[in-house]
Amino acid sequence: MALPKAELVEFIFDMVAKAQGKKQLKAMDIQKAVLKAHPDQPKNDVKFAIKDLIDGSRCVYTYFGGSFIEIPHEEGAAKH
Amino acid sequence: MHKTPLLDQLESGPWPSFITDLKRVAGRKKAAADLLGVLERSYKDKITHWKHGGIVGVLGYGSGIIGRYIDIPDEFPGVEHFHTVRVNQPSGWFYTTAALRELCDIWDKHGSSILNVHGSTGDMIFLGTTTDQLEPCFAALTAKGWDLGGSGSAMRTPSCCVGQARCEWACYDTMDLCYQTTQNFQFEMHRPSFPYKFKVKCSGCPNDCVAAIARADMSVIGVWKDDIRIDQAAVKAYAGGEIKPAGGGTIYKKLDIKADVTDLCPTICMSYEGGKLSIDNKNCNHCMHCINMMPQALRIGTETGATLLLGSHAPILEGAQMSWVIVPFMAMEAPYDEFTELIGNIHEWWSENGKNRERTGELMLRLGMRAFFEGVGLPPVPQTIRTPRANPFFFWHAEDFEAEAAGRKYIK
Repeated sequence: MALPKAELVEFIFDMVAKAQGKKQLKAMDIQKAVLKAHPDQPKNDVKFAIKDLIDGSRCVYTYFGGSFIEIPHEEGAAKH
Repeated sequence: MHKTPLLDQLESGPWPSFITDLKRVAGRKKAAADLLGVLERSYKDKITHWKHGGIVGVLGYGSGIIGRYIDIPDEFPGVEHFHTVRVNQPSGWFYTTAALRELCDIWDKHGSSILNVHGSTGDMIFLGTTTDQLEPCFAALTAKGWDLGGSGSAMRTPSCCVGQARCEWACYDTMDLCYQTTQNFQFEMHRPSFPYKFKVKCSGCPNDCVAAIARADMSVIGVWKDDIRIDQAAVKAYAGGEIKPAGGGTIYKKLDIKADVTDLCPTICMSYEGGKLSIDNKNCNHCMHCINMMPQALRIGTETGATLLLGSHAPILEGAQMSWVIVPFMAMEAPYDEFTELIGNIHEWWSENGKNRERTGELMLRLGMRAFFEGVGLPPVPQTIRTPRANPFFFWHAEDFEAEAAGRKYIK
């Protein structure tokens, strides 16, 4: 069953938080995982749920040879 | 100022040197002074001291800012952070002088004053600022109507040739297509969600002035369907030396039509006999050579549009790949719904099937053209065949047998 928007946002946030430090997730990884758990969830919902997380600063886009979605953390390259 | 004996040698050559420019800026910007210092140090150490950042950006965007740091900030504090800001260029790179002053004022205030006009994707590149200046710089840019371009695993800033603004050979309005594509894919440009980068470049004619065929995942190259228009009187004038070849762009004063034009036609579809030029247009592959040589005598046809090609990229390890024809002809008229829908379908197929850092061209080769056409809903047509089939084995699918049983016809 498709999740309501607020629950979908939390579902994705938990997924990103659990993966932090273990696997970097791309937007498509998140979409595939959501659709696996909730096959009838519209793809656009996932897109805008990620947007909510980014706009609310709960998640950030990172770039390490590809773009990922992660929990904000300290920039490794900025350390001396 | 740092002592830079190695860099100073670069000023001794015959060409204008970027070192001279950087020294000029270094008098008022610590970042430029330390940039010279760290570059001198790299020349001496024979290694780079730059590190790639991965997190810095502006709120809501995952593109447009590229983080840069150095590994010896105590020696060069002015470039401890030296982030790049990509600014979306106007279509065709047309600026008013006032717009350029506006951009330079913003970068003087918020950055190093060093910029690169333009990067290979087409954006105006602002080189070097600190993390705390990113948001104020972005706010200043957007307040004046500018926006950031694409970076990372996102749709990159579309770019185009000057098109109908300055060129009689433009087969469609490249600047309008570029602008509308930029507007239509704002989400995809600013919020990276693809396996890797995706570039769109629009050339108005097969001369391909923005090198779309070699540099863009989606290459849009203007073309015509009907016949090349011939002005036989002007052909005679070229033959007689009354008009200079190639608009005066060659050292030759007079054109030998046979040697310089018809004999160089790649499909041998032209002849020049008895002072009359003939073209077998069905066999013309639109190479543009004859039109380039005699622009006053030959003109592109009137039924114009674009050929769409997909897949060029230049990976370091596997070698470069040119784009591959996927749609031989598409009429390019606003609002470009057919084009926008096709790009959307390609994004969907690629995102669904692509591996991390796999470009569309690589995926197309890995899964095959057949899978690509089925995935994006395009019909296979003869023009999409790049080379004749060499493999004698053909693997039939179940639906092929069904289509055969239903009486599929191969030749309409």
